[in-house]
Amino acid sequence: MILKIDNVTKNFGGVTAINETSFGVSPKEIFGLIGPNGAGKTTMFNIITGNYEPTLGEVYFHNESLTGLKPHQIVRKGIARTFQNIRLFSSMSVLENVLIGFDFQARYGFLESILRFPRFIGEEKRIKARSMEILDYFDIAGFAHDKAVDLSYGQQRKVEIARALATNPDLLLLDEPAAGMNPFETEELGEIIKKARDDFDLTVLLIEHDMKFVNQLCDKVLVLDYGKTIFEGKPSDAIKDQEVISAYLGDFHND
Amino acid sequence: MQLTFSKQHGINSAIVIIAIWFIWFASGHFDEYTVRILNNIAIFIILAASYNLINGVTGQFSLEPNGFVAIGAYVTALLLVSPDAKMYQYAIVDPYPFVLTLHANFFTALILGGIFSAFLAFCLSLPVFRVRGDYLAIVTLGFGFIIKILAINNPEVTNGSLGLNDIPEFSNLYWTGGIAIIAVIVILNIVNSKFGRAMKAVRDDEDAAIAMGVNTFKAKTLAFCTSAFFEGIGGGLLAALLTSISPDLFDFFFTFQLLIIIVLGGLGSTTGAIIGTVLVVGGSEWMRFLDEPITLFGHTTAAMPGMRMVVFSLALIFIMLFAREGIMGKRELKELFKSRKKGGK
Repeated sequence: MILKIDNVTKNFGGVTAINETSFGVSPKEIFGLIGPNGAGKTTMFNIITGNYEPTLGEVYFHNESLTGLKPHQIVRKGIARTFQNIRLFSSMSVLENVLIGFDFQARYGFLESILRFPRFIGEEKRIKARSMEILDYFDIAGFAHDKAVDLSYGQQRKVEIARALATNPDLLLLDEPAAGMNPFETEELGEIIKKARDDFDLTVLLIEHDMKFVNQLCDKVLVLDYGKTIFEGKPSDAIKDQEVISAYLGDFHND
Repeated sequence: MQLTFSKQHGINSAIVIIAIWFIWFASGHFDEYTVRILNNIAIFIILAASYNLINGVTGQFSLEPNGFVAIGAYVTALLLVSPDAKMYQYAIVDPYPFVLTLHANFFTALILGGIFSAFLAFCLSLPVFRVRGDYLAIVTLGFGFIIKILAINNPEVTNGSLGLNDIPEFSNLYWTGGIAIIAVIVILNIVNSKFGRAMKAVRDDEDAAIAMGVNTFKAKTLAFCTSAFFEGIGGGLLAALLTSISPDLFDFFFTFQLLIIIVLGGLGSTTGAIIGTVLVVGGSEWMRFLDEPITLFGHTTAAMPGMRMVVFSLALIFIMLFAREGIMGKRELKELFKSRKKGGK
């Protein structure tokens, strides 16, 4: 297990967003976290990334507890994420957006950058070359010097994933990657995620509503409803599961 | 890519050489009044470029310059004024013995002023940057007032509201202009490194910056301390230019003027900070003729003191109406050329 969620509960005042949820993600798996709106999926992401502290329970990454680590430290351990609504750095070029991912990997100090030491120049060259490689991998190297926010929605999504990969993660968290995309873009995105998983040795945990996309992509899914796990297993079984269907469509029998 | 990089280097070196030549030429050929204004412009370039680092590049709204400039000015002044001059200046109470013994050369005094300011900035950043929001503006605003009140109420060190006089006039165009060039180069080198990228990332989207593994606390603290360091040095240069300082000099209006400069030039652009300084500091001197009687088409109007500020304010309003993000926006000089080229294609 690369990621283990152990009996996590999260309360916001009187509201229980996540209720005693446990699951594990194996290395190189594409794991889907699904459920209706308000089920606690994004809360779960925020707990894994360290933005929220769980009320109870713990998160283990590579069998190491993440409790007490700051969000940027968790990123440095190898967990990268994208956001539900794309959040690129609006004043920067595509290349600079990706370079931010190398921020903690560039080995030079403050004075070295002021005095332009050889190590600064060498390291900048190295991370720029690496960034261009990643952009090239996603077929957006041609836009490297354009403002990131001037790109199309689908390309911005690619920049966001490229930027996350620049932090050299083992685990990639994708928050609704296909939201707002047309069917063609969605299919292309699915292929990219699968390919990146193999080429970058990634484990992927994603939140998604598009069941066709989940079905095509995920090895395993976990269905949350009101903070509780209602299903864990193959995506093809999930869409047949009575409890999952009633969670999504509403249950008329019990009214 | 390689070619453009070296071309950029060439342009940068040329600008520096022209600036150095201008300093040399101006010190030898211009009259005292012009040199005085150029000195002011050089000092304000240091202050505006460093203020822009925290306020524009890092996007942390701060109102600190008057506080740190005051610290730099007082530290430098205390180190420069000779013991004899101190003996007769302290009219309210006798100074502490250690105040009389303080002495250093100009360069050391400036650096110490900068380091002292940077240290205080670091102490402020520890509580302030732990939380998000506009706390920095409130804390730094209060900090400026505290420094001013401390300067007034500790006459044993600062000579109270009488201030310090007879500061040796060490500042000349070589010092002010030279340090302005160095400050701009250092700040641009920071902006064009991973540290500057992290600062810009914090400004654009702090959550996304954290998600990229950026230590946002460190980025903000570095920007704030660097800013304070150069403001301290700028304060020292100012003290050695004016030869006398008092707490009234460093009130909120000082910060306000710098804020106008960097907003006018374009928040986040160092080039903009320089242009803003020349326009505001130089322009308000140039417009002095408006305060005097003006002869227009044979009619001579009476002198209208304050006319200068009316025209200045109107100019400011018009610039902000037509250039919302300031003259340069967030762009630097080189990007301006780039976008021009693209437009021509």
